[in-house]
Amino acid sequence: MSTTTPTTRSFSLGRKRTGSLVWHLSALLVLAVVLYPVVWVIGASFKPSREIIASLDLFPTSPILDNFKGLADGIADISIATFFQNSLFYALGSVAGILISCSLTAYAFARIRFAGRNLMFSLMIGTLLLPYHVLLIPQYVMFQKMELINTYVPLLIGKFLATEAFFVFLMVQFMRNLPKELDEAARIDGCGHLRIYWSIVLPLCRPALITSAIFTFINAWNDFMGPLIYLNEPGKYTVSLGMMMFRDQEGVANYGGMIAMSLVALLPVLLFFLAFQRYLIDGMATSGLKG
Amino acid sequence: MGTAVTTLVKDSPPQAPQKRPAAPGDAKRRGRRENLAGYLFMSPWIAGFLLLTAGPMVASLYFAFTDYNLFTAPKWIGFDNFTKMFEDPRWQKSVEVTAKYVVIGTPLKLLLALGVALLLAQSRRGQGFYRAAFYAPSLIGASVSVGFVWRALFSDDAIVDRTQSLFGMDVGGWVGNADWILYCLVALTVWQFGAPMVIFLAGLKQVPRELYEAAEVDGAGPLRRFWSITLPMISPVLFFNVLLETIHSFQIFGSAYVVSNTSCGPADATLVYTCYLYQKGFKEAQMGFASAMAWMLLLAVALVTAVLFWSQKRWVHYEEAAR
Repeated sequence: MSTTTPTTRSFSLGRKRTGSLVWHLSALLVLAVVLYPVVWVIGASFKPSREIIASLDLFPTSPILDNFKGLADGIADISIATFFQNSLFYALGSVAGILISCSLTAYAFARIRFAGRNLMFSLMIGTLLLPYHVLLIPQYVMFQKMELINTYVPLLIGKFLATEAFFVFLMVQFMRNLPKELDEAARIDGCGHLRIYWSIVLPLCRPALITSAIFTFINAWNDFMGPLIYLNEPGKYTVSLGMMMFRDQEGVANYGGMIAMSLVALLPVLLFFLAFQRYLIDGMATSGLKG
Repeated sequence: MGTAVTTLVKDSPPQAPQKRPAAPGDAKRRGRRENLAGYLFMSPWIAGFLLLTAGPMVASLYFAFTDYNLFTAPKWIGFDNFTKMFEDPRWQKSVEVTAKYVVIGTPLKLLLALGVALLLAQSRRGQGFYRAAFYAPSLIGASVSVGFVWRALFSDDAIVDRTQSLFGMDVGGWVGNADWILYCLVALTVWQFGAPMVIFLAGLKQVPRELYEAAEVDGAGPLRRFWSITLPMISPVLFFNVLLETIHSFQIFGSAYVVSNTSCGPADATLVYTCYLYQKGFKEAQMGFASAMAWMLLLAVALVTAVLFWSQKRWVHYEEAAR
């Protein structure tokens, strides 16, 4: 339409502007609802206990630090630092396990032609859809017979044995997109698979490794059912479990401490998210798409 | 990049690449070496699969037909666990609660995810920010912290209750009310719409612009364009999201346990399937019964998966249309 008159152009421009206004308003509305709980917990942790539920103000008029100071006493005589140490151990152990075991497995799927590969790949994808609860009871029985209850072995061993099919899959997808010529060139130079894996494929896979590492850290940090079932001595509890004890011991009376602890427990995840959100979102997006 | 959108489940390893010229004996030796290397690299996974997946599955199937309390040897009782289970009113309740949660929560979550993805896809400006902000709840939603927050927000006299009172409904807070508390969990899962939204957005990005332009020239309105272009083009991603979200929501545990203050109540109103499984297995040490329950869950999930895959032929389009 080359005959656009000035009036129609300004009309369409105006329509575009209102369209964009509606867009921003809708997006902001969703944003307000989505972020409300997060903003609420920040504000509430600075309120006195009795105001937390009933006060509708997002932020207190006179903020107090009592809730955080109270955390210094720990929960049921156990220092908060202990729970954080335990969670950190669990999360970092999981990251190490996933990075090693899943990348080895993914390399085999993506780069080595061996008999039975397709069958194993199907089995691996199958475990992705398998409800974990079918394994819960027999695994518990097994670890109980091995006297490994109340240790971190049951929580970590699966991570070192590549049972988290999602990350294997993520890495396979990534490795497949690396040019095959790299391997061939390296092989002509006399490199074996271990060299190719370590010196060529792994460095090129960094984005997939970072995505897997962060997801693993966050999953382990948030994990509740695993520690609930396998850990039974408060000194070994992770942050998630420790918080539940908070509730058991102190009930509703110390609402402030509970909310402050909730915020503190969320911080590592939120910080990871702010620092690495691109890796997380891209990793999430490619899990549903291939190409 | 930019090839057809394929779902994870349709995927298989790359086919054998072109053969390199080599002497037959050489190729054979190489093949054997490749096999060895493959199994060595795979050994953690193989060990994990046998020790932590296949073995336990067989054991679980056996336990399902026994009376087993962890301390005395399992006693074979045939189908007793299953008949007891089907007659157990609490088991029936847990099936009902879970079904309700899945049937209400998953479609709501996916609809919101798709709606917001369509909204965000319209504009490039600000998209990255909103995408990140909406995704954040998916990362923290499963935590105990958010469970506590949810309990607070939905308790008596808190914001949700007060807002509801404005409309003349006084339920005394959702968490204390057996008719309402499940919707508290539904709200929690819907709040985490960001993860499927990100996948929808990625799918929307792959729909060729020319299709819309051509449709517009032909006079198709926005609704028609959505129905005839967008929906078929993103149907593989839709399928993926429906499959994963449904399977996941069958397995809800932590949020029900925390939001209900570990009781899975009041009056078993949040007794989701895995909560009951946990109670039976780990509180009452009825490992046989719990295993039978787990197998029923597996069957239900397998059935839903099979139905989805079967239905896929009718509504999921994998062809490389208009390329």
